[in-house]
Amino acid sequence: MAYDKFNILKSTAVPLPLENVDTDQIIPARFLKATERKGFGDNLFRDWRYNVDNTPKESFVLNNPIYSGKILVGGKNFGSGSSREHAAWAVYDYGFRCVVSSFFADIFRNNCLNVGVLPVQVSAEFSEKIFSAIYDNSNTEIEVNLEKQTITILSTGEQDTFDINSYKKDNMLNGFDDIDYLQSMKGEIETFANDLML
Amino acid sequence: MSNTLFDKVWDSHVVRKIEGGPDVFFIDRHFIHEVTSPVAFLGLKSRGLKVLYPERTFATADHNTPTLNQHLPVEDPLSANQLKALEDNSNEYGISHWGLGHQKNGIVHVVGPENGITFPGATIVCGDSHTSTHGAFGAIAFGIGTSEVEMVLSTQCIMQPKPKKMRINVNGQLGKGVTPKDVALYIISKLSTSGATGYFVEYAGDVFENMTMEGRMTVCNLSIEMGARGGMIAPDETTFTYLKDKPLSLKGAEWDKAVAHWKTLKTDAGATFDKELNFSASDIEPMITYGTNPGMGMGISNNIPNAEAVEGGVATYKKSLEYMGYSENDSMIGKKIDYVFLGSCTNGRIEDFRAFASIVKGKKKADNVTAWLVPGSHEVEALIKEEGILDIIHEAGFTLRQPGCSACLAMNDDKIPAGKYAVSTSNRNFEGRQGPGSRTLLASPLVAAAAAVTGVVTDPRELL
Ligand code: SF4
Repeated sequence: MAYDKFNILKSTAVPLPLENVDTDQIIPARFLKATERKGFGDNLFRDWRYNVDNTPKESFVLNNPIYSGKILVGGKNFGSGSSREHAAWAVYDYGFRCVVSSFFADIFRNNCLNVGVLPVQVSAEFSEKIFSAIYDNSNTEIEVNLEKQTITILSTGEQDTFDINSYKKDNMLNGFDDIDYLQSMKGEIETFANDLML
Repeated sequence: MSNTLFDKVWDSHVVRKIEGGPDVFFIDRHFIHEVTSPVAFLGLKSRGLKVLYPERTFATADHNTPTLNQHLPVEDPLSANQLKALEDNSNEYGISHWGLGHQKNGIVHVVGPENGITFPGATIVCGDSHTSTHGAFGAIAFGIGTSEVEMVLSTQCIMQPKPKKMRINVNGQLGKGVTPKDVALYIISKLSTSGATGYFVEYAGDVFENMTMEGRMTVCNLSIEMGARGGMIAPDETTFTYLKDKPLSLKGAEWDKAVAHWKTLKTDAGATFDKELNFSASDIEPMITYGTNPGMGMGISNNIPNAEAVEGGVATYKKSLEYMGYSENDSMIGKKIDYVFLGSCTNGRIEDFRAFASIVKGKKKADNVTAWLVPGSHEVEALIKEEGILDIIHEAGFTLRQPGCSACLAMNDDKIPAGKYAVSTSNRNFEGRQGPGSRTLLASPLVAAAAAVTGVVTDPRELL
């Protein structure tokens, strides 16, 4: 699925300083019944965001008008649990283009990269700095520069760097995906398959 | 050169290495189900692509199927729509499809091994994180996202950086009432849910060598709950005996040739791991979880730890206990239970039903407990009948449902109501995993059976 190119993202951010936020919270299983990739943003964090009668839970950060932006800042071990790509779709559809955490679960990180959400893993100290900057002033802007692999709190100038492999980086900078790449080497794959025993 | 089992299987499936990037990784066997495949097929269609090797993909309906009255049309129109999409897509692209009502239908990670689709040294993926189950056969098996399902369908490859390697050794004699589920929950409680993130695990030591294939599958299944991409166990005679004569296993001379190769699939002496951990079997008790992630588990006779005693955030820990309605220092023994769920790809195999029956035999279901016993497949269901287990559970006041994922993820009607407590043999106790507001205690089939007949959390060793 094609997604928007990613280069420099400058935005306010939404803080969610909980650890082990799992994919069942990001998108509960009962919302996985669609056969199309539509409308998942509405159910992002559904059970934290809404009461059973569908009224918003005021205490949840996405319902707090003070916080908004294209960057979601989560706690440690973000995205653990199921392989459902729907979780990454929900994050993207809601309008986030970047998730920041001091630690990501593997499959969620992979899924994010495949759908055009940039996972930015920062140090635990830097993650604390971002939270306090946002809590000090919710208008604090964060700048994520994919080319340079840096993340900066603009009000204080504090900066951290993050890892991404150069292949995925190129993909995100250009809005390409893996299928484009794999299609280009089909002959090589077929030769490989012919040599296999099973 | 000394190599690990993991290296041997991984390296033999790399089609191309990308400098500074992932490996182009060839997939031998691909399972699909109704929930994570429809969008992948849409992607294929919009790009005008074909399925490259339809004979390497297998479809089964399980995540979103009813476990009662499977002969009737599925009531929920959204679920019915997903099942129809799986069927139509499979037919259109020539993929074998074991839909609802098919004799071979069942949970993907139960029917794959049962039919010999899984084999040692294979690379196996599915849009479900518990694909790690198949590692029990010495395969590299892991869960993927829907974009990757599309990649496998169209090119039989995905792009994967090679994970780091971890070996977990458990040696010694397991105590009475301690099952493979307890071994896995114990390891997860020691490592936490992120302790193996970035790693692929090999389980070694006599505890795993002495386990049945069912037990090994339970252990490998739960690898993902410690953050690992997957876990594997070297194939041996137990593996070959299990696979021989399965419907899709190789036959005759081809089988012999394959076994000769599979015997080479083990970690060489002197091969190194990025991390190695050792545990002693005698330290492991029947386990139970008390919180909202699988790492929050302990021996059933222990008390819930203090927030200060656990690693990680105190706030997150307290929020979790509050959700469960428990307090620090509480004993779990004697806590009231409302539901018992025996099933899932973790513990929905014949051995699990045998274990459950061994406790409930001659006893009665507690009045306050609603029990859902869900076999992992029709084949498991048939064995339950054949071995007389059905009679035992009927006499004890239980009924058997039809195969599927059921309350493991509660996409169908099998939802634990808000606030209720369920002892579950499945794999995740996340908030609302088994239904909005549900509270899950993960445990073995023995602990589930003990709770089902006493109505409270009970040490199964007292009933054995
Ligand atoms: S039983 Fe649960 S974990 Fe297993 S395949 Fe089904 S939903 Fe996934």
